[in-house]
Amino acid sequence: MGGANGAERKNLRVIGKPHRKVDAASKVTGQTKYADDLVFPRMLYTKILRSTVPHGRILKIDTSKAESYPGVKLVLLGKEMPIPYGALPVSEDEHALAIGKVRMMGDPVAAVAAVDEDVATEALDLIDVEYELLPAISSIQAALDTPEPRIHEYGEFGNIHRRQVYEFGDVEAGFAEADYVREDITFYEGSTHLALEQHASVAQFGHDGKLTLWTCTQDPHYLHRSLAKVLELPQSHVRVIATTNGGGFGGKCDPFAHEIIVSKLAMMTGRPVKICLTREEVFYCHRGRHPVLMSTKTGFKKDGTITAMHHRTILDGGAYGGHGVASTFYTGVLQPTTYQMKRYKFEAVRVFTNKAPGGPKRGHGTPQPRFAQEIQMDKIAEQLGLDPAEMRKKHLVPSNSLTVNWLRVGTMGLGKCIDKVVEGSNWKERFRKLPYGKGIGLACSGYMCGAGTPIYWNNMPHSGVQLKLDRSGGVTVFCGSTEIGQGSDSILAYIVAEVLGIDPFDIRVVTADTDLTPVDLGSYSSRVTMMTGNAAIQAAERAKELLVQAVSAKLEVPADRLVLADRRVFDKENPEKGVTFVEAVWLAEAKFGTLGTVGSYKPPAAPGKFKGSGVGPSPAYSYSAAVAEVEVNPETGIVVVPRIWMAHDIGQCINPVVAMGQIEGSIYMGLGEALMEEMTYRGNRNVVHKFPSFLEYKSPTTMEMCDVITYLIEDQDSNGPFGAKEAGQGPQLPVPPAIANAIYDAVGVRIDEVPITPDKVLKAIRAKAKGQEGRYGPTVFPHCDMPASIFVPTPEEGGDGKAVERQPVLA
Amino acid sequence: MLRLPKFRYLQPKSLAEAVRMMSDEGPDAAFVAGGTDLYPNMKRRQQVPKVVIGLAQLKQLRTTKGKPAEGMILGAGLTLTEVAEDRRIQRAYPAVSKAAELISTPLLRNMGSIGGNLLLDTRCNYYDQNYEWRKGINFCMKKDGKICWVAPSSPRCWAVQSSDSAPVMVAIGAKVKLVSSSEERVLPTADLYKDDGIQYLNKRPDELLTEIHLPPTNGWRATYWKLRRRGSFDFPVLGVATCVRLAGDGTVEHAKIVLGGVGSHPIEVTLSEKAIIGKKLTEETIHDAAEAAYSPAKPLDNTDFAMSWRKHMARYYVACTLRELGGLPQNLPYSETGNNVPALRVFSSGPFS
Repeated sequence: MGGANGAERKNLRVIGKPHRKVDAASKVTGQTKYADDLVFPRMLYTKILRSTVPHGRILKIDTSKAESYPGVKLVLLGKEMPIPYGALPVSEDEHALAIGKVRMMGDPVAAVAAVDEDVATEALDLIDVEYELLPAISSIQAALDTPEPRIHEYGEFGNIHRRQVYEFGDVEAGFAEADYVREDITFYEGSTHLALEQHASVAQFGHDGKLTLWTCTQDPHYLHRSLAKVLELPQSHVRVIATTNGGGFGGKCDPFAHEIIVSKLAMMTGRPVKICLTREEVFYCHRGRHPVLMSTKTGFKKDGTITAMHHRTILDGGAYGGHGVASTFYTGVLQPTTYQMKRYKFEAVRVFTNKAPGGPKRGHGTPQPRFAQEIQMDKIAEQLGLDPAEMRKKHLVPSNSLTVNWLRVGTMGLGKCIDKVVEGSNWKERFRKLPYGKGIGLACSGYMCGAGTPIYWNNMPHSGVQLKLDRSGGVTVFCGSTEIGQGSDSILAYIVAEVLGIDPFDIRVVTADTDLTPVDLGSYSSRVTMMTGNAAIQAAERAKELLVQAVSAKLEVPADRLVLADRRVFDKENPEKGVTFVEAVWLAEAKFGTLGTVGSYKPPAAPGKFKGSGVGPSPAYSYSAAVAEVEVNPETGIVVVPRIWMAHDIGQCINPVVAMGQIEGSIYMGLGEALMEEMTYRGNRNVVHKFPSFLEYKSPTTMEMCDVITYLIEDQDSNGPFGAKEAGQGPQLPVPPAIANAIYDAVGVRIDEVPITPDKVLKAIRAKAKGQEGRYGPTVFPHCDMPASIFVPTPEEGGDGKAVERQPVLA
Repeated sequence: MLRLPKFRYLQPKSLAEAVRMMSDEGPDAAFVAGGTDLYPNMKRRQQVPKVVIGLAQLKQLRTTKGKPAEGMILGAGLTLTEVAEDRRIQRAYPAVSKAAELISTPLLRNMGSIGGNLLLDTRCNYYDQNYEWRKGINFCMKKDGKICWVAPSSPRCWAVQSSDSAPVMVAIGAKVKLVSSSEERVLPTADLYKDDGIQYLNKRPDELLTEIHLPPTNGWRATYWKLRRRGSFDFPVLGVATCVRLAGDGTVEHAKIVLGGVGSHPIEVTLSEKAIIGKKLTEETIHDAAEAAYSPAKPLDNTDFAMSWRKHMARYYVACTLRELGGLPQNLPYSETGNNVPALRVFSSGPFS
């Protein structure tokens, strides 16, 4: 693209400035319409009957009483929708309504469409379902130990959904070079997204045979494909409009049963059909953080050089595949992006259990391994007597390099991030020097700016933008991207305004409508600013070119002297000489006809060429460093986090206030996962979710939120639009390990799992007082038979990114 | 969303009419003041009254009478905000206003009443769930089922007393007035409660709690410490209300220590009281009182937090209340935080080297 992404631009007028979000006024005044706000004449309401057993065969469903209940229009069962679906083509294992079998408490079994929600609710109790109970699996260990009955008929074997083994260089040789080798076993509990808006959808089926679904989805394009498939409609007859998401955080990425159900009901009844889930049902949709058990074995030299890492993970996948195969990769593939390591082996296993399925939640699969890695780094520094900040800085992955596992890193600002938080927190005067009970801890991370490959294989762009310029001087941006509160609509307006020299609020943004907007793959993997931004720049540069040519001809000024700014097109050597933006549009339309341009973006090809190398590559990587300050009451184990310093390598801010909002939100979410949040079940009580409610599933309130000091490090990446990198997910990752490391600094105990609840801290403190190990966490990593590694020589070893037959190691 | 079941709503114009309505409607009726306990429970089908008698409009229930020296009388319909913000209550009965202020959130305190909080339904993680969830475990004995899931071999229900005001009223010796169409009676708050998760009140369904009689302020002092996960929203998983009267030389003449949230009723820990009566409040006597609170605290695995940890915390929180009343330092490591002052700094930089 050359300079088209504008990385070398100077004198930015819109980019980097704290403009309002384009949708802010309508949100704060209540004008924004969420899916549940939509009402249509003759609309029906749906409620879903859900499984009351964790694992069972459906012997009988009797819907006759419900069907004859006054006000009920239709009772829908799974047999009407026999085609399975799922987020990833490799694990299409879901049905909108159960067929023959249920796999978790809360699995959808039947749906009622009725004249109002009360009638639909009452009718649910009239449906009789008879189950034959099957043994239920509620933990990783149980899944490994219980091959039969299988929760699914596909997968590796038994209840093992997926196994992956990659080895980059010979790790055993790496351990042999080390001065020390240590293995740490850690656990990261599952947690859910807690978007304030409960999932809601409305479907309408027209007399033209076309379906429209309004729904709060993050990924309308993928949903579009799933709907067409399950409903057996041509894709061109399905229109998905993603309504403004009242928060997503990854929880609205999968195609969901309720979205398919209202669509099917609309087709069958000929009436608009709506659903809004209860909070409990949102907990059952889940697709949040996987519980992950990890073993991280690392060889290192006396100066902290990492000679090899062998990182193993086991994910509790829950009842369905979802994005789980990708999540499994992400529990390992980004480990080598922060510190240089000479060799790296990564083994991962995902098991099925009878619980709500895990999936993508902010950081998708990577907060867990970062936690493991970053608390281990703290232990290594302690073992070597080195300052953990200095030690990390010495071994950073260099800018513009290939990692051991063939990921291409562009700009790498982690060193600068570490410097900022070390300076801001007065680290050197405080680390290991605070009184007992007070502590300070550091952790770092790297994250991707968009997945390098789409969810289904294709070689088309990941993001497209269309621009329309009309005679009013109006500019409309069309893009499939989905606003989930992160500011993606605003980003489009800022970028087009920058290139065309107009005000962002002059622009109309139309997004997330599969009929009207070109495809964008969705709001996931921190890809939106990177990809829509580059597509928008291309479309806007093409529009600019038309305007400049037309004005150049009219004013008889060479095109390269014309500038677009302040709603004018003018001669930079004689700024008086120019036309207004509206006049420029008239001139261009007269010259070229109706004005419209397009832009698109596809990430660069991945350097790795081995099977599975598609997960991990990204156009750029963002970096974050955090210092957390904690106060621990040694008599109760209660941990308070007064303050977190966070430096984030963002490349270039498109809007610093929006970026800061993303960073603070990430810290908030990280704080919750560190201290409170747990998606836990009562294994001995029918595997019920312990507390599917906002009251008893604990997450921080404003009272628990810490003070935040944010540093935005700008080091433009040549792949990013104007040099920008992501900010929405990466800054969450260092928060839990920074807090765990700070607790060690405060009271000298290691809590090697999250959430770090007071009972765990107190147990570790008491154990230490008795002369035992001052630690709380898992001690055993269970065995699972693994296949042979996919063995890939590292770039340093002169590999070409392809896997090779393993050469036997010399004895 | 979760829907309320259908019910008939009656709005009496006087106390007399309210209790008459209740007597006419019988056991299918329920009183409601703020509705912050009843309506969510109705949405979850834990209670499904066919008739709901609204009390929020009754001015008689919203009055404050009397002087602290003779004892104040609080109308049971005063909102928790009104109780928490009343200057006279803050001065004369700081434990009462503190407990009220610690309940739930500002929004719910604006609706919820002090009487409603005293009568708060007992809580349990197996009970405070929606209908479908409870159906998944075939219900529990408190509603629609036969078994207590937290203690399956137990013949009784172990739902937890979760009111913040109840242990305080018991500790300071407040009394409550119950009115029905046939009689009025006043009883000590301690006698209002029973050690059972289902029959947790010594109150007939037709009786209305109308007044809370706070005792005269004649030298006793009280405080309330609440353990919960977060600084807002949460019900107590342990509450300690302590009331003492000290002689001029600091000797404890009278002591009442009451635990909330660790049983089906407010639990008076008499051994803890004995450990300090006739003695001065020192780290040693406080330690003894705290130790004696460990065994009567009987938390089970039906609330937030690990139960063994909650039991340990009974000691710690009893000691905290006694240190406060004895004027001893707390040794808390916390600084006062909570004001989020975000700061933004943008740095431009060249390539990092």
